[in-house]
Amino acid sequence: MIAMPLPDEAVLARRAAIAADLRKIVAGEGVIESGALLVAYESDGLSAYRQPPMVVVLPETTAQVAEVLRYAYDNGIKVVPRGAGTSLSGGALPLADGILLGLGKFNRLLDIDYLNRCAVVQPGVTNLAISKAVENRGFYYAPDPSSQIACSIGGNVAENSGGVHCLKYGLTANNILGIEMVLITGEVIRLGGKHLDCDGYDLLGVMTGSEGLLGVITEVTVRILPKPETARALLVGFASNEDAGQCVADIIAGGIIPAGMEMMDKPAIHAADDFARCGYPRDVEALLIVELDGPAVEVDHLIARVEAMARANKSQTLQISTSEAERLSFWAGRKAAFPAVGRISPDYMCMDGTIPRKALPQVLRSMAELSVKHGLRVVNVFHAGDGNLHPLILFDANIDDELARAEAFGADILRLCVKVGGVLTGEHGVGVEKRDLMPEMFSADDLAQQQRVKCAFDAKGLLNPGKVFPTLHRCAELGRMHVRGGQLPHADLPRF
Amino acid sequence: MADFFSPKSETELADAIASATSPFSVQGLGTKPIGHGVDGDVLSLKNFSGIVVYEPEELILEAKAATSLTSLERLVASRGQMLAFEPPDYSRLFGTKSSGTLGGVMACGLSGPRRLKAGAARDHILGVSGITGQGLAFKAGARVVKNVTGYDMPKLLCSSHGTLAVMTSIIVKVLPRPETEETLVFADLDDHDAIALLADALQTSAEISSAAHVPGEGTYLRLEGIAPSVAYRRDRLLIHMKKDGNVLDDKQSRKLWKALRDVKPFWSLKSHAIWRMSVAPGFAADVMQKISAQLSTRHYYDWAGGLIWLAVADAEDGGAAVIRAAVPSGHATLLRASESIKSKVSVFQPQPPGLAALTGRVKQAFDPRGILNPGRMYKGV
Repeated sequence: MIAMPLPDEAVLARRAAIAADLRKIVAGEGVIESGALLVAYESDGLSAYRQPPMVVVLPETTAQVAEVLRYAYDNGIKVVPRGAGTSLSGGALPLADGILLGLGKFNRLLDIDYLNRCAVVQPGVTNLAISKAVENRGFYYAPDPSSQIACSIGGNVAENSGGVHCLKYGLTANNILGIEMVLITGEVIRLGGKHLDCDGYDLLGVMTGSEGLLGVITEVTVRILPKPETARALLVGFASNEDAGQCVADIIAGGIIPAGMEMMDKPAIHAADDFARCGYPRDVEALLIVELDGPAVEVDHLIARVEAMARANKSQTLQISTSEAERLSFWAGRKAAFPAVGRISPDYMCMDGTIPRKALPQVLRSMAELSVKHGLRVVNVFHAGDGNLHPLILFDANIDDELARAEAFGADILRLCVKVGGVLTGEHGVGVEKRDLMPEMFSADDLAQQQRVKCAFDAKGLLNPGKVFPTLHRCAELGRMHVRGGQLPHADLPRF
Repeated sequence: MADFFSPKSETELADAIASATSPFSVQGLGTKPIGHGVDGDVLSLKNFSGIVVYEPEELILEAKAATSLTSLERLVASRGQMLAFEPPDYSRLFGTKSSGTLGGVMACGLSGPRRLKAGAARDHILGVSGITGQGLAFKAGARVVKNVTGYDMPKLLCSSHGTLAVMTSIIVKVLPRPETEETLVFADLDDHDAIALLADALQTSAEISSAAHVPGEGTYLRLEGIAPSVAYRRDRLLIHMKKDGNVLDDKQSRKLWKALRDVKPFWSLKSHAIWRMSVAPGFAADVMQKISAQLSTRHYYDWAGGLIWLAVADAEDGGAAVIRAAVPSGHATLLRASESIKSKVSVFQPQPPGLAALTGRVKQAFDPRGILNPGRMYKGV
């Protein structure tokens, strides 16, 4: 298990007094300190890691958030922000000596502005609720993480969430216009708005995907888009991962950016089909779902081109949806891939590396070898268009060392992703899960520079410590790393 | 006379910055004199030029910071691709010679008409390598299109005007070029009607990629994609609008949007102060009404009103007081003005105190000694 910062005994000793102080800011049920109730907050979507918080506070207004943060700042208490708690990387894992700041009560849609094609919402509103609120006018909010029924938009911003459609429509970062946020000092800052470009430094860009380490988001302005007229999909089976991978490369190089392009390997196909009975071909090695959206005339044209490319890459099976029901049936298995894997294994761990697509066959081969080495099965689903790989490692936490072996296997997979030119996380975030792997991708200097940015927002390091960065540094210490002639003073001393 | 440094390697560059005791004015090819002047030696990136890697199937390209945009765009066009944010070329506006560099357009965070649909420069930057004001080399991001590992430093450096770090190499996303394009033109609309028409069109599923209004000339909607799709969407739009419009073909359309991108309507205005304003698109005509009532101006709208180009004649402050009072949310940047005007007003929108302080702390995190372009954006930053 990953080590979290040691709890501050002095803070723990003041627990009751801290809860009482918080109650002065957020009255009644907005402060939770009873052990039994705290358990509900002990983990997020990465449930292998659990830690009940010292106290939970559930404010309802920006002013309350500001007061809570100011109080924490003045008293040197750590704060972990939490949206809906669906993070798959442990971003909302509580700290034993920390306040868990839940934004669940920020659940109102404040303004839907069709003239400016945006919506202003509170951070606890779910991703799907935004699309639901604007669908009667033919609009939607584009990023669609698979947890969209539950995950909150504030959490989406904190994690820069993606989804199956982000190849064409972008991640959260590309679909928001502004935020209101509160710094740990209690200062309220507004970035962007309904206009398209932020002024000054792109702090909105830095906040997006900052995993709760820089500020607490209290309002979000998102772009909303008119829904495409129609969508159709192809379901194509291939005899090898190489053929499927080449087909994906041909589609992209051919100038087509599909709305979604998903690939599954054979174990994933079987698991999904067993679970969802969706009629996937079972004797192919790789299955590709390619979805095109837009006006019918465009979709039909592109479907024909993709079909030709699939056949040129020796497709074994090929279906084209002719109805909305059929299109959804192609997706049914893929969308159920995670529960399907849950059915064939007591536990699974979902990884999230991105690789250059051309490296896919090589990565899948190496992964098969790692599977043997660690003695654990792995199932692969893949956002093929953008190279975002989700290997699901199957294990049983009740068997001695399987969790430890799964973690080691996962770390090996992510090292492999970095080795072929990819990254540790494409959309789930670093959190606690990949924290200690950061040096695989970044040098000590790279990480120090990111931590200096952290210091600009949170000089005392009180917001979500123990996440993202493998080593905590005092800001003063980072500031002292002064160079002359490209040489660090005392270059022989370890910095991390 | 300021000295001119043009380091030849990252090591030389890092050494120059680390050993500097006074400010540098950082530039690529020096084609975009945006921001306040910096009193210091010139640090030129001109030797950092060339494509590092281009992988069309992976949708990525990495180039050194001072790689010329012209050569870069020619290369990606040869593979049927483009920089989708449509980097503008302001050389004619500024009276400079070259069309600028990848690093320059990123450092200034500039995007063209297609920004409306495809996103801005910041949406297409995937990675950077650079040297901080401390002389430390660092990198962030990667050669993949989907990545959330660590803070999004590439976005932070984009539009930081060289005040945080010197970018040496940049990774960008490249996308397929549309097969063809057309533009619908509507005539004789006043500003309010034109902005309303653009907003209405953008609420349809016609996937309009650019939308502009040039008073007295026309109101424009651009459609891009495969030919049958463009034709279908054009016909649907005309039915929806219940309005007659002319159609510009592929060649005419490209010419029009290039002209609007590069601010051609203002090329002849040699002595005007030029502003670039970012406002909520639907409110653009209201903003302009307030400004026009008080100042002698020329203007046109891009990004469906989200971007207002404004030229102001004969105002001591370039119109700053009136313009900034008219922008309730959003911001106005004084892109071009005489040194005497620039010395009196803030080129960039002044920030509220909390944001200004945070901006100052971010500057400190990269360049605590104030070596890189100090004062270019804000005093003390």
